[in-house]
Amino acid sequence: MVCDNCGAGDPVIHLTQIVDNEMRTLHLCERCAAEKGVEGTAVPENFPLADFLAQMSSQSEEGSGSQNPGHSESERARRSADSDSCPYCQLTLKEFRKSGRMGCPECWSAFEGHMRGLLRRIHGSQQHVGKVYLSPDPSTSEMKRRVSALRRKLQRAVELEDFERAAELRDQIQELEVASPGGRP
Amino acid sequence: MTDLPNVDQGGLSWLDASGEHSDIVLSTRIRLARNLQGHAFGARARVNDRATVLERVRKATETVPHLRRAEIRELSDLSANGRRVLMERRLVSRDLLGETEESTGPLSSSGVALPPDVPLSVMINEEDHLRLQALNSGLNLRAAWDLVDLLDEELGQELPYAYHHEFGFLTSCPTNVGTGLRASVLLHLPALVLTKEIGKVLQGLSQMGLTFRGLYGEGSEVVGNFFQLSNQTTLGKSEEDLVDHLDRMVRQVIQYESQARSVLMRDASAVTEDKIWRAYGLLRYARSLSFEELMNLLSGVRLGAGLKLLPGLRVYPLNKIMIFTQPAHLEDAAGRELSPAEEDAHRAAYVRSILSTEGRIFNDEGSDDAPTESTG
Ligand SMILES: [Zn+2]
Ligand SMILES: [Zn+2]
Repeated sequence: MVCDNCGAGDPVIHLTQIVDNEMRTLHLCERCAAEKGVEGTAVPENFPLADFLAQMSSQSEEGSGSQNPGHSESERARRSADSDSCPYCQLTLKEFRKSGRMGCPECWSAFEGHMRGLLRRIHGSQQHVGKVYLSPDPSTSEMKRRVSALRRKLQRAVELEDFERAAELRDQIQELEVASPGGRP
Repeated sequence: MTDLPNVDQGGLSWLDASGEHSDIVLSTRIRLARNLQGHAFGARARVNDRATVLERVRKATETVPHLRRAEIRELSDLSANGRRVLMERRLVSRDLLGETEESTGPLSSSGVALPPDVPLSVMINEEDHLRLQALNSGLNLRAAWDLVDLLDEELGQELPYAYHHEFGFLTSCPTNVGTGLRASVLLHLPALVLTKEIGKVLQGLSQMGLTFRGLYGEGSEVVGNFFQLSNQTTLGKSEEDLVDHLDRMVRQVIQYESQARSVLMRDASAVTEDKIWRAYGLLRYARSLSFEELMNLLSGVRLGAGLKLLPGLRVYPLNKIMIFTQPAHLEDAAGRELSPAEEDAHRAAYVRSILSTEGRIFNDEGSDDAPTESTG
């Protein structure tokens, strides 16, 4: 069997897609799969990351009009954006567009403006609304952290009116608090 | 388990068919992608970045409650086959093995942490520095989430994660950023495939923000009517919303599959029953089986077990067959490399050994059973 995309490589990724109500399996070699933005583990298919990235490079900076991508001014803006690089790992925007992978955590700040549009297209959102992360605080005890995690779940259960679950969580919290009056170090 | 002596059931507790709906749902998995501040991601990480990340995780296992006494395996310390065994148990990803065109082994400091008594694992130095995973039996998203969430809380207090006020948990690939959460459920949907309803169902799911892939065994092809369903996006919704949404959709799909099974039994019970018994007969007596043939037959037998057409047959032995007949497991059991012909023979022998013991069905003796008087 050969890769359905390039006809040469050994297919290692098998994507199942629905085309015209019919299920088809696309066999891709490692390289073509990577180009299509597919990773080995569970990744959305029907999900043309490469297309998004290409779209992105045909647009200029966030906010500024991109009606005329061929216009020399926006072209110049794009070129200069391409050579922007991350101060920490030196990844350039151009390299990112090619690989679809960020180089380091700092890249996200360095390319913030570009990422917003991309994230909206991928996720339909640019704002994280999940867990809020607080960096390690050595003064917080393990019990306290566990209790606060349980409280978060409790709040969630109450919102969902899952009272059985809420009661369970309440018991767990109580147990922990009884076990460590005032919070053990 | 010779290779993971300190890990509960060799990391295979998710196989035991104890979870909800385990005749249709094989397993539930939730993984969180996390990265540490101050180190380049996977592909751009230098050798000493990678070594530092591994070292820091090693150190964290001394204090993080859910990783206490965890066994850390550096992939380069394992044989090539030992690494594949871990992958076939779904404890590490194919990527972590590093078997690409350019290289035949794992990158430096690639590892996995396996706690002894909880169904958790942490992949180290994959595409992201950390991939926390909870893997359990049947449909069990809430339990998986609670478990991996706790581990995440604990680990995040030992190791400073890369986090952005707007983008959330930072990852190497923009498709994972935000929650870094991918929840997936492995479903066996033979009746939807047989009644040709599967396309409609899957298309509906993709409109609901879910993605699917047939993932089993080699690669990620649809084999044996197994479909892996997971959330498509990771940003803009809370972890609980992502998990609950998937849970609702999976329950819907289970209902469709059950309906399709009823339709099969109503409109084509004779054909269905015949197919199931033939599949069982082939598996019970065949002397050579390719993995693909096995998976197709096993799908029929699994359907038979779900429909109670094969009296007394439980799902657990069938789950075991799926795992232990994969190539690396067969070589592991044989203690040597196997040629393709030998592999197929070993596979058939293993299947026979299971089906003649724990996978035995009642009233198996009489070869001329009268057609069962239809019960429904
Ligand atoms: Zn190719
Ligand atoms: Zn960077």
